[in-house]
Amino acid sequence: MPKKYEIVRKKVLTPDITSISVYAPLIARKARAGQFIILRASSDGERVPLTVSSTDGDLVTVVYQKVGDSTMTLDELDAGECLTDFVGPLGEPTPIEGVKKAAVVGGGLGCAIALPVAKALHDAGAKVDLIGGFRTKDIVILEDEMKNASDNLYICTDDGSYGYAGFTTGKLEELLNSGEKYDRVYAIGPLVMMKFVCRVTEKFDIPTTVSMNPIMIDGTGMCGCCRVTVDGQVKFACVDGPDFDGHKIDFDETIARAATYKEFEQRRRAEHKCRLEGMSNG
Amino acid sequence: MADMSPEKTKMPEQEPEVRNKNFLEVAKGYTPELAKREAGRCLGCKNPRCVEGCPVSVPIPEFIGHIQKGDMEGAYRALSRANALPAVCGRVCPQENQCEGKCVRGIKGESVGIGRLERFVADWALENNVANTDKEPDNGHRVAVIGSGPAGLTCAGELARKGYRVTVFEAFHVAGGVLSYGIPEFRLPKSIVEKEVDKLRDLGVDIELNTVIGKVLSIDELFEMGYEAVFIGSGAGLPQFMKIPGESLVGVFSANEYLTRINLMKAYKPDSPTPIFESKKVAVLGGGNVAMDAARCAKRMGADVHIVYRRGEAELPARAEEVHHAKEEGIHFDLLCNPVMIEGDERGRVRAMKVIRMELGEPDASGRRRPIPVEGSEFEMEVDTVIVAIGTSPNPLIRSTTPGLDANKWGCITTGEDGSTSREGVFAGGDASTGAATVILAMGAGKTAAKSIDEYLKNK
Repeated sequence: MPKKYEIVRKKVLTPDITSISVYAPLIARKARAGQFIILRASSDGERVPLTVSSTDGDLVTVVYQKVGDSTMTLDELDAGECLTDFVGPLGEPTPIEGVKKAAVVGGGLGCAIALPVAKALHDAGAKVDLIGGFRTKDIVILEDEMKNASDNLYICTDDGSYGYAGFTTGKLEELLNSGEKYDRVYAIGPLVMMKFVCRVTEKFDIPTTVSMNPIMIDGTGMCGCCRVTVDGQVKFACVDGPDFDGHKIDFDETIARAATYKEFEQRRRAEHKCRLEGMSNG
Repeated sequence: MADMSPEKTKMPEQEPEVRNKNFLEVAKGYTPELAKREAGRCLGCKNPRCVEGCPVSVPIPEFIGHIQKGDMEGAYRALSRANALPAVCGRVCPQENQCEGKCVRGIKGESVGIGRLERFVADWALENNVANTDKEPDNGHRVAVIGSGPAGLTCAGELARKGYRVTVFEAFHVAGGVLSYGIPEFRLPKSIVEKEVDKLRDLGVDIELNTVIGKVLSIDELFEMGYEAVFIGSGAGLPQFMKIPGESLVGVFSANEYLTRINLMKAYKPDSPTPIFESKKVAVLGGGNVAMDAARCAKRMGADVHIVYRRGEAELPARAEEVHHAKEEGIHFDLLCNPVMIEGDERGRVRAMKVIRMELGEPDASGRRRPIPVEGSEFEMEVDTVIVAIGTSPNPLIRSTTPGLDANKWGCITTGEDGSTSREGVFAGGDASTGAATVILAMGAGKTAAKSIDEYLKNK
């Protein structure tokens, strides 16, 4: 039997993006699409929030991108090793009730989170168009899984190397212009992408759910770090979200808040790379 | 014959200009000689009023009597019988309003330094690995405790001593609740909290970290798992904001966030992976102990720090000692000042705060004089950081997932004097039922609830 918080499977999806499946039976039993976990990879590590990508038996799968010091530390753990901490499920599940036809838009790593939302909708009998955006063909992830979770999968690449040439917003607008009707659009990915998806859906007056992933510490409503302004009201993404009405979110404020520790993060990332290079050279 | 000197024996401290640049403990504690001298001031009253003033009824003259005789182990046994966290209480209790406030020596001079002696005895036991593992035989009954703060730990310790099998569920990756995330290292070293928690583990208390009750398990599921009673000691963790414009600018933090980054996540250490905002000038809003803690942390991180409080000096809710320490360390107090709005720059970062001067009117419902804005007195404070320390309320996670659990309009779980709630077998205490209060009141509630749980399960 696996140990508590053991990484049972580790799968490199692209040079930057990796999927790990962690032994956490209680969490696996409870987690629903849209909820997240917080993990720590070392005893002095940061608390890293990651949205659940899938659950399978006693395993919880999350997908991370090696963007900073903490995810680089996480990446140093191999299958068979254990995380220091793994807590969840946190936040509220993505609302899917009553939706008969939906477009789910994922951007980059966001596709790993869009996937369970699409799957939940699909399993509930909704028709699902899934639009997955990537910079280029080589970094497309989870294509088969996304295909299985949708009626139509549209891969978009910024450079046109695969699928639709352009951004997800372009594809979404094209579908809407061609007469597609959706009860709801779900957008999950970089803040800027979600902001522009909302601009498109506003024009067509389609309710839109976005998934926020602001900086947070505890994930239970205790620090208030993850606050977002929705319809003029301050909400905590960790307990009130992470999903919100995209037409009511103050994206510019959220984008500014996401950069709170930018300099610190850049410095830590550079130091981490130095340490790694130092080790391999030494 | 008691030592009749009118003043408490001084406790050595770090000098203000030294300590405001480090996170080492401010007060260094008594040596055995100093402790014996101070113990000599206790009259050993037959009807000890100090004990009445203690929410957990520590047998004060008894433990001090042991110190007088040089029997530190005896002192620890007496102390630990009544108090599950003596090294914590000796440091953070507001003794001046409790035991020491009732001490007869305080009538003509200073009271006996009961808190300092409590700390001395508890530290002596930690250093010398002396434990009090007295407990009744295992009775097979299982009790779940939610939250590992002062209320939960006390309840757990009391029940473990009575022979119960206790599991404490903690949401964070570290036990201790506010003792770990809130109170700073320089007032309560985290190594002390860890050792006190380890003593409870030695008593047989099982602590499950990373478990958010209300999310991964509900209270109903705890009963299904075989727990026969549940104690909710989940605290008051939800930070309140001022609800003024600009509160979501970059550089505005709840005191909870600022303190958690520093204390729990160790952001004060230069190599910590947890970021902390690099502040030059900080305004801390509020006048309670949490505001003092946040201000003193920010000072130690190198900032110029101002406490901004809407009432006057006499109304500051913080302990006098905390205010005194903060002033010594160079924290400025802008009293009778109320923030109106926070202003940002083009990057959405705090640039300044607009403040209005206040004056005191008639007493309000709290008995304190009501602050009234002075028309036309607005001015601008140039700050890059605002820390909001105006209070916290109980987290709704548990009450919203527990059908039939009543709470009042502030979200505090409704309890009887014995800690019972509207749900059978469910008890609550500490900040979760009272709203934000003190460590020792939470411990008192934990102790009361443990007694009620024991009676409930014996009569079931």
